Amino acid sequence: MARRKTKRDQIVELAVLAPLDWVDERTGAVRGAKWFLFRNVPRDISWAQTLGFATLIAFATQTLTGAILAMYYKPGSEIDPTTGKPLAYASIEHITNDLTLGWLVRGMHRWGASVFVILLFMHMGRVFLFGAYKYPRELLWITGVLILAMGMLMGFTGYLLPWDQTAYWATVVGINLNGTAPFAGPWLAQFLAGGAEIGSDTLAKWYALHMLLIPGALIALIGIHLYLVARLGITSPPWSKEAAGRERAAVAQPTGTRAGLVRGSGDGK
Amino acid sequence: MSTNGPDTPHVPGPSLWPIGFAIGVACLLLGLVITWVVAAIGAVLAVTFGLLWARDVTRDVRGEVPEIRPETRAVSDRAAPAVVAAEEPLPAYTRSRFLEASLIGLSGAMGAVLTLPVLGFMVLPSFTGVEEDEVSLGPLDNFPEGEYVIATYLSHPEQGEVSRRTAFVRNNGESEAGEQSFTILYSRCVHLGCPVQPNGPIDEDNVKKIKNVELRPVLAQSFGCPCHGGQYNSEGNRTAGPPVRSLDRYSFSIRNGNLVLGELYAVGNVNGTGAKATISKYPWSVPGTHVDGLESWLYPIVPTQVTG
Repeated sequence: MARRKTKRDQIVELAVLAPLDWVDERTGAVRGAKWFLFRNVPRDISWAQTLGFATLIAFATQTLTGAILAMYYKPGSEIDPTTGKPLAYASIEHITNDLTLGWLVRGMHRWGASVFVILLFMHMGRVFLFGAYKYPRELLWITGVLILAMGMLMGFTGYLLPWDQTAYWATVVGINLNGTAPFAGPWLAQFLAGGAEIGSDTLAKWYALHMLLIPGALIALIGIHLYLVARLGITSPPWSKEAAGRERAAVAQPTGTRAGLVRGSGDGK
Repeated sequence: MSTNGPDTPHVPGPSLWPIGFAIGVACLLLGLVITWVVAAIGAVLAVTFGLLWARDVTRDVRGEVPEIRPETRAVSDRAAPAVVAAEEPLPAYTRSRFLEASLIGLSGAMGAVLTLPVLGFMVLPSFTGVEEDEVSLGPLDNFPEGEYVIATYLSHPEQGEVSRRTAFVRNNGESEAGEQSFTILYSRCVHLGCPVQPNGPIDEDNVKKIKNVELRPVLAQSFGCPCHGGQYNSEGNRTAGPPVRSLDRYSFSIRNGNLVLGELYAVGNVNGTGAKATISKYPWSVPGTHVDGLESWLYPIVPTQVTG
């Protein structure tokens, strides 16, 4: 029984569906979004499987608040003539004490950093305890470990930016810790220090690392990680009575197939 | 041969080699802190079991070694009928192969031309222009015999306070050879580079300023680091906490009656005190790195610079 189109249906079709169709026909965006979002998941998943998404939200918060803090923060160790304090420290004080809602956004970024790292570890613990790193999800684990490393680097480089005593000496200690790595350590420390002093050059370099290079790498890695999640699906918990890793109906190619690049794999070639 | 699926994942068979490998690695690490013999045994174990493990794991991928029959020749007058191999088409070097290769080659060359200078610019400035000038601390009578004086100055005044250097200077009087002796300790902790403080009161009433150098007498016969609790005695030897060697020292010279600080050097250990001390001197190294013993092999070359 075909329902008659109401006025409302017609409006929705005209205003929403038709433009979406137009876009999808030219880009595949709607089909792509459906492929990404409308996935089958095991019946017995729980809140534990939401930790990854929580980490993603924490990262998104850091990205947004960080981009906005960058509009007010000034990396520089020169003494600001009006305040008599180093530029970076003075700008942090300005953000925290003077600017409307600056204290809130800085607080979100500062505490959100810890939230991000804690969630990273909780997510990793969940994956480890559930055995979700096993075949065929090894590369998910590996990209995840790289994301963890990048997250720690974000914490390390961000800690210097307030340019107070804690930040400064913690960074001296951190740089010298890198210096104790065998063979390459002293060179790595020298690269991180960026010159004869841990000063303006170091601060500018770490600021660039903190807001350009490492986030770029992090976003790329998260993209790969999410693509793999969508492609391989979510594992059932270890206590599940259902068989793990059912193939997705929509994907024609079973996950076990290989391209045949390695001798003895592929389909009889 | 794609028998692997979600229910029959591709996994290597069980193996005991990883356990041997792990024991080897553990021995190696243990040996680094105990003695090199244990480390050597550990290294041998780790390499042996690592190779065995790798051989085990890669068996599937490597495939069986094909049996090769020994070459034989028919011994007879008549030439054996020539076996004509099935004519295989010669591998042609086609236009598309050529274009493919030149595209890859050219893009690689262009990429290198673009990225190498950029990478060089990212890395090299950290290692150039880091030399420090010698600093004059003024006339010798600023340093009473047997007492420490804190000397501070800016090594790069244009960089501001971050370049402040601090030295603990003690006049030891004349050595047996009749030379003026000084103990000049560098204030950065050889654990991880925090600023070491003298354990005693500073005489703020008798501060002397000579050009950009400030001198403060201090009543201290030991030094401590606020970060992780490293403690040093009056000669800079470690007495407690995590430091791995004695405090770094400045080399010095005396010019026109002035004490002049030269380069820093690392100290393994100091025997004796003051002018009679025997100092095991090494080229300067990053805080936290060993300069003597087996561990120093881990840092064969160190860029010459004072970190922070």
